[in-house]
Amino acid sequence: MKMKYGIALVVTALIGSLSIGYTASAAYAAGACKAGALSTLTTGTLTIGTDDPAYSPWFDNNKPADGKGFESAVAYAVAKQLGYSAKKVKWVKASFNTVIQPGKKAFDFDINEVSITPERAKAVDFSTGYYDVAQALVTTTKSKIAKAKSIADLAKAKLGAAVGTTSYSTITDVIKPKVKPSVFDTNDIATQALINGQIDGLVLDLPTAFYVSAAALKNGLIVGQFAPKAGSEQFGLVLSKGSTLTSCVSSAVDALRVNGSLKTLASTWLGNTAGAPVLK
Amino acid sequence: MSYEPSALRLQREEARRRVSRHSTVVALLSTLTIGAVLAIVVTGAPGFKLVRESFFNPHYARTAFPSVLSGLWLNLRVMIFAEIFVLIFGLLIALARTSKSPILYPLRLLATVYTDIFRGLPLLLVLLLVGLGVPGLQISWLPNSAVTLGTISLILTYSAYVAEVIRAGIEAVNPAQRMAGRALGLSQSQTQRYVILPQALRKVTPPLLNDLVSLQKDSGLISVLGAIDAIRAAGIETAQSFNFTPYLVAGALFVALTIPLTRFTDWLTRKQDRARVQQGQW
Repeated sequence: MKMKYGIALVVTALIGSLSIGYTASAAYAAGACKAGALSTLTTGTLTIGTDDPAYSPWFDNNKPADGKGFESAVAYAVAKQLGYSAKKVKWVKASFNTVIQPGKKAFDFDINEVSITPERAKAVDFSTGYYDVAQALVTTTKSKIAKAKSIADLAKAKLGAAVGTTSYSTITDVIKPKVKPSVFDTNDIATQALINGQIDGLVLDLPTAFYVSAAALKNGLIVGQFAPKAGSEQFGLVLSKGSTLTSCVSSAVDALRVNGSLKTLASTWLGNTAGAPVLK
Repeated sequence: MSYEPSALRLQREEARRRVSRHSTVVALLSTLTIGAVLAIVVTGAPGFKLVRESFFNPHYARTAFPSVLSGLWLNLRVMIFAEIFVLIFGLLIALARTSKSPILYPLRLLATVYTDIFRGLPLLLVLLLVGLGVPGLQISWLPNSAVTLGTISLILTYSAYVAEVIRAGIEAVNPAQRMAGRALGLSQSQTQRYVILPQALRKVTPPLLNDLVSLQKDSGLISVLGAIDAIRAAGIETAQSFNFTPYLVAGALFVALTIPLTRFTDWLTRKQDRARVQQGQW
């Protein structure tokens, strides 16, 4: 089902997640989330999943365990908040399909740029959001959309996105070009298609867009970002549906948001992403 | 005087009917038993509700159906186009490989190297090399559409398989047939066309159709180049809802596409077998 939700739905979802956050904090205070002694997969260890390869700038050099990169840093911060030292954290490889599969998962929570939507929340549990994300359009200076100033300028562009991303929904629901978009398995293949001129532009989340345009493309540039209301798209940690850890993990994320850690980590690892013009 | 079956014959037919009735009942009972056991084991599994929810969800099947179907239309066009060219190229390569003339040696060598390489290379690799490598050359007159390049990759790989199947068929025709054709005054090429190839192709029809069915399913692999086929369309739907039902919809459509071809193969094989029994060729 396409993700066309009325604002009302988004608002309800936000209110919903806020109230979950609230009750979770209450549970946290009441000691239901015993530091370092949650009912994790392996007692005494927090197992965290992410995909292989894990991409920059979310991770560093495909090494989730080095604590570098935004999501790696957030994962360790959440672990610390829950009472698990870095030594008690174990990383496992979890591809997209194993993250969304039904039933018990091989991790306590997964961190891999997964956007929270009410539709997805029927199949898995999400923590509260740890990052407000916007989608952005990357291209090369040679491309015909390099000088596009508005969404209307993109009508005839052949755009691409990676499968399983809300970037694709941004193409189909926000940009709505007349040319059928291309959908790739990974950002790597999509980037190669952009270099080859097989697509005119590539939609990515903003931090990845900055990374790709600077590191992966020789003459890359960001056409602009599609800025919805703040907080309308957020990345969340993924847990098994009905996991007993969800409320504890959520309150840990909430605590990190309140004390400013999330903001600090974002500016450390994702840098300044304010430079992209907003396309309307 | 009208025909009256003998008492012995009537008795024999009655006995046959009895045996047939008996086997029908036994087949029915055993099918029901196995079916019931399977149903109990599967539905009784602790996670069955969860699996039903995420793989057999009628709501998501309905919502995903239109986009999966439009993806399948791409598969259909790609497979038909590729099948035609695969049969032509496969035949040409097989003829080149089975040629005997010394002057054609370079062609024979080329055909051998070609089949060796493209039968060995995984299709996915050919797709990436052709689909991303060729446009990377930045030669303006070469195609750079994912669908075109993907179809070319399929043709490259499957021509090698089909060439080997047809070659096996040609080599299975008794050499005496060729000599007989030549003795009757047919030229080398006439013998090939009217004596060898009809027999060769008849022998390899089932494995040939096997390769074509396999090509139908592999047509979906061109999605790695960005084209949205049935499987990719299902993947997109699944990513939005985290529900796997769209994949099942795509699977059902593929099976529906393959069954007619499979039945056709069965029918063709049976027909040939019957013809041979009648001609006493066993």
